[in-house]
Amino acid sequence: MGVSKVLTGNYAVANAVKLAKVQVVAAYPITPQTTIVEKIAQFVENGELNAKYIRVESEHSAMAACIGASATGARAFTATSSHGLMYMSEVVWWAGLGKFPMVMAVVTRALAPPWSIWSEHNDVLAHRDCGWIIFFAEDNQEVLDLTIQSFRISEDEKVLQPVMVTLDAFILSHTATPVSIPNQSDVDGYLPPPGSRRLPFILDPANPLTHGNLAYPRNFMEFRYEIERSMGNARKIIVEAGREYGKITGRYYDSLIEPYRCSDADAVLICMGSSAGDAKDAVDILRDEGYNIGAVKLRTIRPFPYEELRDICRNKRIIGVVDRDYSFGFGGIMHGEIKSALSDLHIPVQGFIAGLGGRDIRVEDFIQMGRKLYHIIESGVGEFPPIWINLRREVFR
Amino acid sequence: MSISIRDLPLEEYVLLGNAACPGCPASIGLRMLGKALEGKFILVVPACCTSIIQGPYPKSAIKVPVLNIAFAASAATASGVRAGFEALGKKDVQVVVWAGDGGTADIGIQALSGVAERNENIIYICYDNEAYMNTGIQRSSATPYGAWTTTTWRGKTEFKKNVPLIMAAHRVPYVATASIAYPLDFIAKVRKAAKINGFKYIHLHAPCPTGWRFPSDKTIEVGRLAVLTGMWVLYEIENGVFRLTGVSKSLLEKSKRKPIEDYLKLQGRFSKISDEQIDLLKRHVDELWMEYKHLMESG
Amino acid sequence: MVKLIIPVSKPEEGAAGLTGIWRSFKPIIDQEKCKHCLMCWLYCPEGAIERIGEDKLTVKINYDYCKGCGICADICPFKAITMVREE
Repeated sequence: MGVSKVLTGNYAVANAVKLAKVQVVAAYPITPQTTIVEKIAQFVENGELNAKYIRVESEHSAMAACIGASATGARAFTATSSHGLMYMSEVVWWAGLGKFPMVMAVVTRALAPPWSIWSEHNDVLAHRDCGWIIFFAEDNQEVLDLTIQSFRISEDEKVLQPVMVTLDAFILSHTATPVSIPNQSDVDGYLPPPGSRRLPFILDPANPLTHGNLAYPRNFMEFRYEIERSMGNARKIIVEAGREYGKITGRYYDSLIEPYRCSDADAVLICMGSSAGDAKDAVDILRDEGYNIGAVKLRTIRPFPYEELRDICRNKRIIGVVDRDYSFGFGGIMHGEIKSALSDLHIPVQGFIAGLGGRDIRVEDFIQMGRKLYHIIESGVGEFPPIWINLRREVFR
Repeated sequence: MSISIRDLPLEEYVLLGNAACPGCPASIGLRMLGKALEGKFILVVPACCTSIIQGPYPKSAIKVPVLNIAFAASAATASGVRAGFEALGKKDVQVVVWAGDGGTADIGIQALSGVAERNENIIYICYDNEAYMNTGIQRSSATPYGAWTTTTWRGKTEFKKNVPLIMAAHRVPYVATASIAYPLDFIAKVRKAAKINGFKYIHLHAPCPTGWRFPSDKTIEVGRLAVLTGMWVLYEIENGVFRLTGVSKSLLEKSKRKPIEDYLKLQGRFSKISDEQIDLLKRHVDELWMEYKHLMESG
Repeated sequence: MVKLIIPVSKPEEGAAGLTGIWRSFKPIIDQEKCKHCLMCWLYCPEGAIERIGEDKLTVKINYDYCKGCGICADICPFKAITMVREE
């Protein structure tokens, strides 16, 4: 099935890129993703990965180079974080709107000022609208597994959208845990041969085509609708890819979300990323105390898992959403999205803000949030705006 | 290796009915590029006049593959295209950036410096109409001193940024200047560049009737006067060796150059230029010629 | 094969329409004066001057697409082309 190694999340990405036989890598450093591109440089320089490695001079150029490579039909990859992602933002949109298949690893990190190198989801969430498929990994095994699956999903002719695999700063990127690495031959069978993609557009003098020239209003909306159709197809293809992956590794990823002890629950806590593990631990502790609570881990936020989420939540008495992000003047981003997705079910959806700038979200915090959900059921009164967990209120006195 | 007009291929790679202004130098330049490389190339085009010259979806006026891309990104995108072709074993296709002066000297200069420093195997052609023309004639760093633009109503107060010499400072295998008024010289340079492995930069002077305010039939005349007055110099720097080309070869001596006023008076963008400004401009041009003379002599 | 609606265009004549309608002035070639130097063919921004005849040295203007810029008339060393106002 595979070989087990102790790997950091970043090295898990690098190993996945090697197994996927990526052909073009654009590399630019930014903490805490740098060791991804460093490890890939080693693979390339000692012949383990036969890729063109472009040491670009900025993240904007990294994404531009990936688009150029993708446009030839080659398999492309880059990695970034935080301000790097914001700097390449314009071309991230270009990749999504232009339907350029590729995979990018993003180590989620807070934005500045002040400078912070620790985990927060605003960087990724700021790009949730641009046509990229977005995965959040819970642990290093998921990081490796999702990165491999992403190439297959991205290049599927019914999808043809770029894919982001995200992992939390330091908690995953720099923490080493045992990871099972699939065999090269299994991955070769699972992914299409690199560079085999031809349609619908590649740069080829034998068949000259122009990509991206001006479109008048009478033509424009249909391009956007086509991307939405691709997102719709992606819902099924992600599940299919996850199921096929299970056949070669024993680890099945056949759902866009991962529910935990939800079937008989009254209350559900929804979160994503590395804190999902702590949420599940908290659920177990609360269950022992007699609370019928469950947790849902969002693995995919784009395409948004409407159906799965609604199925899990429809018979619940209350939902809690934990945002490791904030939208100033509004509230938690995922809280807003989930509340909207469940609005016609008339179930209270309570928002929690936790872990900004890498502040720990501990099991105790999830327990506190779980108990809070039950207070809200009893009192019948939710709190709006969302509750900030572990905010040091004494600072404001 | 002199090319004659009759040797040029008949095939057109810029199709009839493009959206360029009448008399457009970019259109001439693109036609010549097509004839130089006979279609065996792909174009990376950032935001610039050519983005529009292609015409709107679902048609394109360009008969080679074109990848349109964001303003600052053309050089880096070309980098990726070349890497992709190499990875796929496609070695006989030229990767050509066709960018305006804004996308080269200003917003695109970072990516340009990057690909030059990495000596990527691409041909980067900047067609220089000396302003942000596509957005309606705003000043760029390539706008000459004293020129009117919509953001320099009293004339630009800085001198033109010398991008070819910046490229030469990167020690790339080939840097050249050219003009659409001397297309055979341009074609020869493109063909030479295509034979070199590594980064090649060609800066193509492109007099724009719309932005420089002269009648559309004078594009070539203005282009010729730019060279004959010494305001624009035709040269190439091959592996660090500087040499003047074409008619510029005979203009080292100042007396051989036509008076700059002959060039300025044809263009509405210089109609308000003062005598003091003209003097400064002349001095600047003379200094540049001294620099080129020095480069020539130091081999 | 899936047919996708994507922002990809095909090379085709007339991308911006029949640009001949832009003209205010139209170039007329005096074939008697023409010495077949091909400068007009070389410099026409549109490529709207065709080379015809067996030796491909006779020039003919494509009035469907000629924008009337006048470069051909300005550049002809033999003054064989004149710009005439369109009706």
